[in-house]
Amino acid sequence: MTAVAGGELLATQDLGAYYGTRQAIAEVTIAFRRKAVTALIGPSGCGKTTLLRCFNRIHEISFDARVEGSVFLDGHDIYANDVDPMAIRRRIGMVFQRPNPFPTLSIFDNTIACAPKGLNYQGKMEAAERALRSAALWDEVKDKLRTSPLRLSGGQQQRLCIARAVAAHPEVLLMDEPTASLDPIATAVIEELMASLCKEFTIVAVTHNMQQAARVSSVTAFMLADETGVGRLIEADATSKLFTKPSDRRTEDYISGRFG
Amino acid sequence: MTVGPQFRRVARFVSPADRGFAAVVYGGSILFALLIIGLFVELVLGSWPSIIAFGPSFIWKSSWDPITSNFGALPMIFGTVMTSLIAIVLAAFIGIMAAVFLADFAPQWLGQPLSFLIELLAAVPSVVYGLWGLFVLAPFMRTTIGPALQHVLGWVPLFSGPIYGVGLLTGGIILALMIVPTVTAISRDVLVAIPRDLREASMALGSTKWETAIRVVLPAARVGVFGACVLALGRALGETIAVTMVIGNRPEISASLFAPSYTLASVIANEFTEATTSIYTSALIELGLILFLVSMAVNALARFMIWSVRGSERV
Amino acid sequence: MAQSASRHRNLARRRIVGGLGVGLALLCAIIGAACLLIILGYVIVQGAGALNRDFLTQLPHPVGVPGGGVGNGILGTFIILGIATAMAIPIGLLTGIYLSLFGRGPIPEALRFLSDVLSGVPSIAIGLFAYAVLVAPFKHFSAFSASFAFMMLMLPLLVRTSEQAIRSVPQTVREGALALGMSNFRATVRIVIPTAMPAIITALLLAIARVIGETAPLLFTAFGSQFWESNPNRPMAVLALQVFTYAISPYPSWQAQAWGGALLLIGAVFVLSLGARLMLRRAMRGLEA
Repeated sequence: MTAVAGGELLATQDLGAYYGTRQAIAEVTIAFRRKAVTALIGPSGCGKTTLLRCFNRIHEISFDARVEGSVFLDGHDIYANDVDPMAIRRRIGMVFQRPNPFPTLSIFDNTIACAPKGLNYQGKMEAAERALRSAALWDEVKDKLRTSPLRLSGGQQQRLCIARAVAAHPEVLLMDEPTASLDPIATAVIEELMASLCKEFTIVAVTHNMQQAARVSSVTAFMLADETGVGRLIEADATSKLFTKPSDRRTEDYISGRFG
Repeated sequence: MTVGPQFRRVARFVSPADRGFAAVVYGGSILFALLIIGLFVELVLGSWPSIIAFGPSFIWKSSWDPITSNFGALPMIFGTVMTSLIAIVLAAFIGIMAAVFLADFAPQWLGQPLSFLIELLAAVPSVVYGLWGLFVLAPFMRTTIGPALQHVLGWVPLFSGPIYGVGLLTGGIILALMIVPTVTAISRDVLVAIPRDLREASMALGSTKWETAIRVVLPAARVGVFGACVLALGRALGETIAVTMVIGNRPEISASLFAPSYTLASVIANEFTEATTSIYTSALIELGLILFLVSMAVNALARFMIWSVRGSERV
Repeated sequence: MAQSASRHRNLARRRIVGGLGVGLALLCAIIGAACLLIILGYVIVQGAGALNRDFLTQLPHPVGVPGGGVGNGILGTFIILGIATAMAIPIGLLTGIYLSLFGRGPIPEALRFLSDVLSGVPSIAIGLFAYAVLVAPFKHFSAFSASFAFMMLMLPLLVRTSEQAIRSVPQTVREGALALGMSNFRATVRIVIPTAMPAIITALLLAIARVIGETAPLLFTAFGSQFWESNPNRPMAVLALQVFTYAISPYPSWQAQAWGGALLLIGAVFVLSLGARLMLRRAMRGLEA
């Protein structure tokens, strides 16, 4: 088990999450390496998405959802009583399974939907360009910034969502199976993007594609649901080690395909 | 630092903007609820003098005499029930048959325009129905339909007596026209929602398409279709202006469908602004209260039935 | 052989019954559609004669004086509908937002039930309510009380449709907004409601179409007027009410004007319904994408 290492940007302690009375994850304690990609892998229903949603307090917007334990951002518990979840969400950006650009806003307005306030037009334009460039989308959309994002391809929409998250200047980027709905070419573009983004952000990405985890991450965490359906963290280690010499039998079973 | 595994109840609205937003949203909803509760309370308060004065016999007394301030609602209840019954019998038959056709037999090029026209029928204002009923349907009843019915069925008390044109039957027919779209639209939706397999299973057993539609699909949808009819009945009970224009407005109970009559809604429409004494006004409001309670019960029943087959979808 | 022949005969009989049945069903559908066309035909033929510039712009003339129009009624319809819409939109939208965001539990369920109850209340009973609250205490009829009644008639449709429209905005869009650190307020007002807007406008158009020809509650709220009236605190002429009054009058010239007014009403209702349909198509497109 990985202990909470001092000085990590994002870490959890005994984290549990519930939907009503049903417990989805339990006793997750993990710390994430700064400015690196950590992949969360595991079979469907093991709670990896729920875990991710606890990190930016978006889990709690589901009806009857609760959290126990702690999540530390820069050493401060984001579930402490005086913490404003909106401030947390500005520091921890999120990219979803399916691209979810705001349908009524233009590409430009999508990008700067949550950029820092108080910018004039010039400032907004610069912020948008910077964000779109870091999402490798600028060249494709620079001539149609005022059009609807719904005309973009799925991969472009997903990169727009990344740009939107990046524009808010977060410290952490959470990615929930960001390529699940994309074709292989668009997937490759997103994976390249993750490699470049991790120079600037701490990235936690959920994937159920082990090859992808091996390609993009430097650390991999493996989760598995126990007999009662509660998701637990089995182990977390350097990706190269986890995929070659896992320390837990169950990890080995999973990566060698014995769980089906 | 260890944190105990205590549950955290999470406040979903924490920022000041969100608190304000939540307060405004709650405020609007409470106002909405108060309006509806206020409607009921005001009707009860307004009819209180009449409830005290006449008691429950208000419902079965048949005198309606503003001069002696002696009021009983029976003639209006009779008129309301009769017109609504005529309407629902006609509308249920035509509406359900039309729905069966639209759901199971109509090719797209025919089904869509027919549906569109029938649904537009629901949008025609009540007063326009009344106008048409008064100047077209009522004379036609007097000169053609009425005498024809009397010629064939004159020996039945229902079709005896002089034919004025305006009266129960005319009111019922106008109401039927107004509620056919309700029956058709909802029944069609319910019928369309019946799974394909059921139809295919029946066809596979050698039934014709018509037998499938009538003996298999329609029975499977009976709760929803019945609910559609009850909902339509609720509309017929409360309909005011069109009926007021063609029913003849006479507080009498007569065996003949050709006789003029009165409904709860139309007596309010006609006499409310002319009511001179407070007990007269109060008696009229009590008619409104009866109407409110009856249509509420009918509507609740209908929605319950339609919900039970269509899930929580709105009607 | 004999058996087979009888089965053939039997099948033929069933086919005929089926054919007759379908014919009957078709007939019923056509009756429904034909009724509309017949009514429409009468209103157009009888009403077109009454339509002219004076009819749209003039005050009603006294009986026996030819000409005159329903200009004040048209103005009154706009004023009363305008006020009713202005009151119904905030209450309906807020309740819709409440039901869509906090939609579970006994209180929202009770509110939905109340809303359904209200949608089934006869308009005349709502007129009585408006009379009791806004006419009786002030001892005079007013256009505002009619607006209040119209608002009550519009609310159930607005509430339930805006609830559904907001609900049908994909949850991921709302989560996307919240995940960016937007407040619930901003996420709802800036992202969710604009996405639901075409559907909400559809509902609004249908609600207006429902009340524009409504007459019963006007009898003892707006009451009617012979003058150009624009003060909502005074009795006001309304087109639907004029149609009713003229129709039951014994004067042929007034009856002719009733047809003209009916044509205007039907025209308005159809334009609104058509607009709602087009809007709905847009709403569907927006949500699919």
